[in-house]
Amino acid sequence: MLNQLLQLTVAGVAQGCVYALVALGFVLIYKATETVNFAQGDMMMLGAFFALTASVAMGWPYWATILFAIAVMAVVGMVLERVVLRPVLGQPAFTVVMITIGVGYVLRGVVTMVPGWGSDTFTLPTPFSEGVLKLGPIIFAVQQVAVIAMTSALCLVLYLFFRYSKLGVAMQATSQNQLAAAYMGIPVRRVNMLVWGLSASVATFAGILLAPVTFVHSNMGFIGLKAFPAAVVGGFGSVPGAIVGGLIIGLVEALAGFYLPEGFKDVAAYVVVLIVLLIKPSGIFGETARKKV
Amino acid sequence: MRFLFKTDYDQDIRLFKHSGQVFWYSLLVAVLLAVPYLLDEYLMSQMHFVLIYSIVGLGLMLLVGFTGQISLGHAAFLAVGAYTEALMQARGIPFFISLPSAALFAAALGLIVGLPALRLKGIYLAIATLAFNVIVEEVITRWESLTGGNSGRHLKAIELFGIKLDTDASFYYLCLGLTIVSIVALMNLLRSPTGRAFVAIRDSEISASCMGVNLATYKTLSFAISAALTGIGGALYAHKVTFISPEQFTLLQSIELVTIVILGGVGSIHGAVLGAAFLIVLPQLIAVAKDYLPSNVAGSGLQAVVFGLVLISFIVFEPLGLYGRWLKVRTWFELFPFYRKGMFRRQKSYMKSERLR
Amino acid sequence: MSFFKVEKLGIRFGGVVAVDDVSFEVKRGEVYTIIGPNGAGKTTIFNLIGLIYPASAGRIVFEDKDLTGLAQHRVAELGIARTFQNIELFEHATVLQNLLIGRHRHRRTSLWEELLFTGSVRRAEIAQREAVEKVIDLLDLAHYRDSMVAGLPYGVRKVIELGRALASEPKLLLLDEPSSGLNPEETDEMAFWIEDIKKGLGITVLMVEHDMNLVSRVSDRVLALSEGRVIAEGTPAEVQSHPAVIEAYLGGAAVSAAA
Repeated sequence: MLNQLLQLTVAGVAQGCVYALVALGFVLIYKATETVNFAQGDMMMLGAFFALTASVAMGWPYWATILFAIAVMAVVGMVLERVVLRPVLGQPAFTVVMITIGVGYVLRGVVTMVPGWGSDTFTLPTPFSEGVLKLGPIIFAVQQVAVIAMTSALCLVLYLFFRYSKLGVAMQATSQNQLAAAYMGIPVRRVNMLVWGLSASVATFAGILLAPVTFVHSNMGFIGLKAFPAAVVGGFGSVPGAIVGGLIIGLVEALAGFYLPEGFKDVAAYVVVLIVLLIKPSGIFGETARKKV
Repeated sequence: MRFLFKTDYDQDIRLFKHSGQVFWYSLLVAVLLAVPYLLDEYLMSQMHFVLIYSIVGLGLMLLVGFTGQISLGHAAFLAVGAYTEALMQARGIPFFISLPSAALFAAALGLIVGLPALRLKGIYLAIATLAFNVIVEEVITRWESLTGGNSGRHLKAIELFGIKLDTDASFYYLCLGLTIVSIVALMNLLRSPTGRAFVAIRDSEISASCMGVNLATYKTLSFAISAALTGIGGALYAHKVTFISPEQFTLLQSIELVTIVILGGVGSIHGAVLGAAFLIVLPQLIAVAKDYLPSNVAGSGLQAVVFGLVLISFIVFEPLGLYGRWLKVRTWFELFPFYRKGMFRRQKSYMKSERLR
Repeated sequence: MSFFKVEKLGIRFGGVVAVDDVSFEVKRGEVYTIIGPNGAGKTTIFNLIGLIYPASAGRIVFEDKDLTGLAQHRVAELGIARTFQNIELFEHATVLQNLLIGRHRHRRTSLWEELLFTGSVRRAEIAQREAVEKVIDLLDLAHYRDSMVAGLPYGVRKVIELGRALASEPKLLLLDEPSSGLNPEETDEMAFWIEDIKKGLGITVLMVEHDMNLVSRVSDRVLALSEGRVIAEGTPAEVQSHPAVIEAYLGGAAVSAAA
């Protein structure tokens, strides 16, 4: 029984890591530009495809494909911000959300048009697809452990980046107060563009970690929808919140899948988010703000 | 160009502002009545969809365009309307009872959604409605004893007071009648205190409340009426497609419904109809274009790409939507040759943060 | 019965005490002004009266009815209307519609009647419009009646704010810095209107204001606040020469210079 629970926990945490990463990318964008990026999951999908190409078509080793995909998607993210988002800055939040939804459609459609990609499903070769780890009586899939380990590593890197690097501090500044940041000489628009690039890279990382579970196909981004519950549970606009939220959602899903009747697993995330929205919309780490009249 | 000299309040309150409007809309109605004699079977079928989605579009327009709320889950109300109709017809309940029931059940669900919506705004509301849609879809799938689950349900033709509405023309007239009634009802609402209260909530909740508008009441009312209209659309939709299943009412469907509002032009009744028409016409245009494009482009992804690009283009270049474009064109003709390029330019607003700094 | 009074009102936001033990009474038919340097808590008091924030301490009594704990929209229904310092108009509606919304508390028609737009709805609408036209006449807004509010100049919008509050036919009118952003001519007009509102319409006015000329000209009594507390109350002349008031505005050196 305990073994079962532990194994479920690990599985849940592993899946939760993916949600956490997608939520993280999406919270970064929200903090910087108050935009809700519904295309985050599709950026994850596109990133996974780039990794696939590097790995299968160009035959690169796993770590090289990660770097390649991250770099390419960083550019894609920046281009998206510059071309699609910047012209509509200042419009109400709802319209900007609809634009990102449109971007999602375009990404999904374009992926099916690329020769070699199309609407097929592909497997991304990773060094951890096979293998199990035995810790006493408990068996873990190496895959899951790898996901957790790599996510933790990325979080550490991001933490150091935001804390100690010039660009990271600049990003934090623009997220908190654009005007003040501008007065301090920070090129706000360029920083926002870079935030999109960073966010796309994080999504790519998530996609690569997710690929062994869902395989790579043009609709794999829909899992990204679960990043919204994750971000809400953790507290919108909070980076640690996104991670905690993602882990919680992953855990709840894993447990619901096992202990509850069929079908609950798919809606577990959404039931949780509705409950959170009803009780404490600002989530675990979020702050409530008021309009000043 | 027409100058309106108003001499009594009725002129302000009336639905039609001047005789020119009466003339053109009467002509439109006459043409619409003649449509079954003018169009072939295929186009008639498309007209059915246009009318059905117009009704749904009106519902969503009321909520989003006039009350300023968000819903990414309206397909749930569509589903409730559709399934209520299917289940009631299966039990032999006559149409003139099952249709209002569909509206009522959908409205009840709208009330349920509306209540938590009172405290939620913007993205939170969007996510709540999205979550709601997913849950409703799952409930429909799992509650097989009631809904047939993934096997779906079938519907027969509508029988209204003994007359079987199984021809294209008869179904068309039913849809047309309901669409016109919905439009008139909505317009009546908008020129009354309730409609103004909705608009007030859209533009400034705190101000509206300080003027005595009970936010809770009016927001839930807006959700309920919006859901009711969508439910009616759902019932008609069910009869149109004659077979309903949970996968027709997904989040993607909800997003398509929202695009009706955006493409048509937020905050206008014309927009709901224009948006619906555009949504039906677009796939036809894409299908035609497919013959001229290379094979890998003309695959299943083309529709998604075009849809996404259209959505983005409209928001970036034509934020007032199709109705806005129509207004601009008409104004150009009316003012010829004095039309100024910047006439409809929006005030450039700098990002007004909703967060308290 | 007292018309309007505030007893020991207080509110804190986290550790900041914005309003501390403020009490005052407004008599029916007078123009009562609250003055004070920035940050004194004047607009906060308005927000407390309007039940936008719940008070941490004290109570507000209007016509012997305690407002504590009421739902926010009830304030307007009781006959208290307000304008906002930073203008909260309905931007995507016409001026006429803005004013009509101001009359929301006077509606008597039900939803079903409105959907069908029965004769009673039509008659109610005409009555509403007649009432609103009076306000338009008073404030000279006829020229802007059918214009969208978004895009109108600031001075006009301030007048529309006032008009919307007047349209509700309130017993007590809360004006939050009515002259801010207005040039001397517009401020003059505002003074006329406030006098008109008091004498012609019989509405009691509670005002927050910075412009001392306007304050002296229209106010019957003045309350001076500083850092959330009351420091003086009396006629405009009394308050303006009160040493504590001078100190709050100009600092201690000014008091000794005046003495």
